Amino acid sequence: MHPFAYTRVSDTREALGAGRRGGRYIAGGTTLVDLMRETVERPETLVDISGLPLREVTATERGGLRIGALVRMAEAAAHPKVRALYPVISQALELSASAQLRNMATIGGNIMQRTRCTYFRDVTADCNKREPGSGCAALHGHNRSHAILGASDHCVATHPSDVAVAFAALEATVHLLGPDGERRVPFAGFLLRPGSTPNREQALQTGELIQAVEIPAHPRPLKSGYLKVRDRQSYEFALTSAAVALHLRGGVIREARVAAGGVGTVPWKLPAVEKHLVGERPSEALWAAAAAKAADGARPLQHNRFKVDLLSRTVERQLRIVGGTR
Amino acid sequence: MSTELSEAAAPPPAGTGESSPAPSRRTFIATSAAVGGAVVASGTFLASPEEATAAGSAPSSRVSLTVNGTRRTVTVDNRTSLLDLLREHLGLTGSKKGCNAGACGACTVLVDGHRVNSCLTLAVRLEGAEVTTVEGLAEGDRLHPLQQAFIDEDAFQCGYCTPGQIVSGVGCIQEGHTNSPEEIREWMSGNICRCGCYVKIVRAVEQTAGRK
Repeated sequence: MHPFAYTRVSDTREALGAGRRGGRYIAGGTTLVDLMRETVERPETLVDISGLPLREVTATERGGLRIGALVRMAEAAAHPKVRALYPVISQALELSASAQLRNMATIGGNIMQRTRCTYFRDVTADCNKREPGSGCAALHGHNRSHAILGASDHCVATHPSDVAVAFAALEATVHLLGPDGERRVPFAGFLLRPGSTPNREQALQTGELIQAVEIPAHPRPLKSGYLKVRDRQSYEFALTSAAVALHLRGGVIREARVAAGGVGTVPWKLPAVEKHLVGERPSEALWAAAAAKAADGARPLQHNRFKVDLLSRTVERQLRIVGGTR
Repeated sequence: MSTELSEAAAPPPAGTGESSPAPSRRTFIATSAAVGGAVVASGTFLASPEEATAAGSAPSSRVSLTVNGTRRTVTVDNRTSLLDLLREHLGLTGSKKGCNAGACGACTVLVDGHRVNSCLTLAVRLEGAEVTTVEGLAEGDRLHPLQQAFIDEDAFQCGYCTPGQIVSGVGCIQEGHTNSPEEIREWMSGNICRCGCYVKIVRAVEQTAGRK
């Protein structure tokens, strides 16, 4: 680990000042400290923001939910409002990492976490995300766990977060605070596809701070849930996953929100699947037909061809779990 | 992998953490701890010549925290993990370094009552924190019920993961995730046991939770 200066800030103004001077924010630190030890991350200054007042889950006036950036994963998952309104968020969080890591890691840090691509984590390997212009060792390397959607010739790494898949499905908004004040970014625009600049992962400006993630109000009752498919039953990243939220009235699906994880360079919203569901009545045939569109546009690599079918089946199963049949 | 000058100025011994002192000091601490607990319990920060060099070349910070009920004030290289602080500076070698990457759980301790991976916790961030390690679970000669249950159930073979399993189990029981063997397995999945003693570990946690 490279040496670094450490400073603790007690209010957001102080944080933004330190951030503007190039300081790196640290919250739970579960990804950052790990990557610093591997010298993948080499911040000169760590700005400890854990004392900032961003630890609340609050209901919004419009009937949504605002989750503070420093709310721990464990706290967010167990929060009564989160459990009641958006089980998909609680489930995604509790299927992530381990109990210890969920006690440390925060919501803001979770969506900032970096890929688990082994070439990214290995400083001797070529990686455009870590060293722009060095190439992508995964493109023709061991790419079983890599992306089949949203990749480029420069990077095929997946985004590792589970809860980000739920946020994408629910069309959350990220609240940011910067030197020029507050701004809100739709979740779909917050995490960036690699394109030719895989080193740029979020739509953040220098020194900007995540304040909260806001889940908009959805028509109720909203049934939702998260399914994660992986090599181990627990404590493992997703090969594929599906976040599904459905609003049914009179036996008809009125609204559908679906996104997939483990398959894209960013959490992958599935508008074609959603569109296929709306206005229809739940049935086995409907789940299968909708899920068949989940892998539209997929471009598998040498070792992850299996993800194409696995993705459709994951979505189909989760539609059935959330929506039931008949 | 490139080596930075600053790291070269404070070479960590191979196989241990970036802030670990030289092997000679490890031996010294172990001996001291065995002979007289006073050295360990005094809260004095013992600096070897190597470490004095390290502290001079890399940014360090002063931090006060409570470990197993004893207030400690130490000056540490900012890179020092809580695990290395415990093991290398405070002589509390119960918490183990398995993967040093948050993947095995052998380093699990309680910070302010919550189980965390001490290998991913920077010591400088713990100002005012209360840390409980496996050494702090017993009350005098009376083992914590979960420690006793591990013995009664024969819930270990090599024992390397055991301190982390026990502290994690204490956290799991406090959290209330012990309503079935399946639930215990899921909520204890952050602790890996290469000997494969999971059946008995789950039983020990289940029985201890049931007695509460």
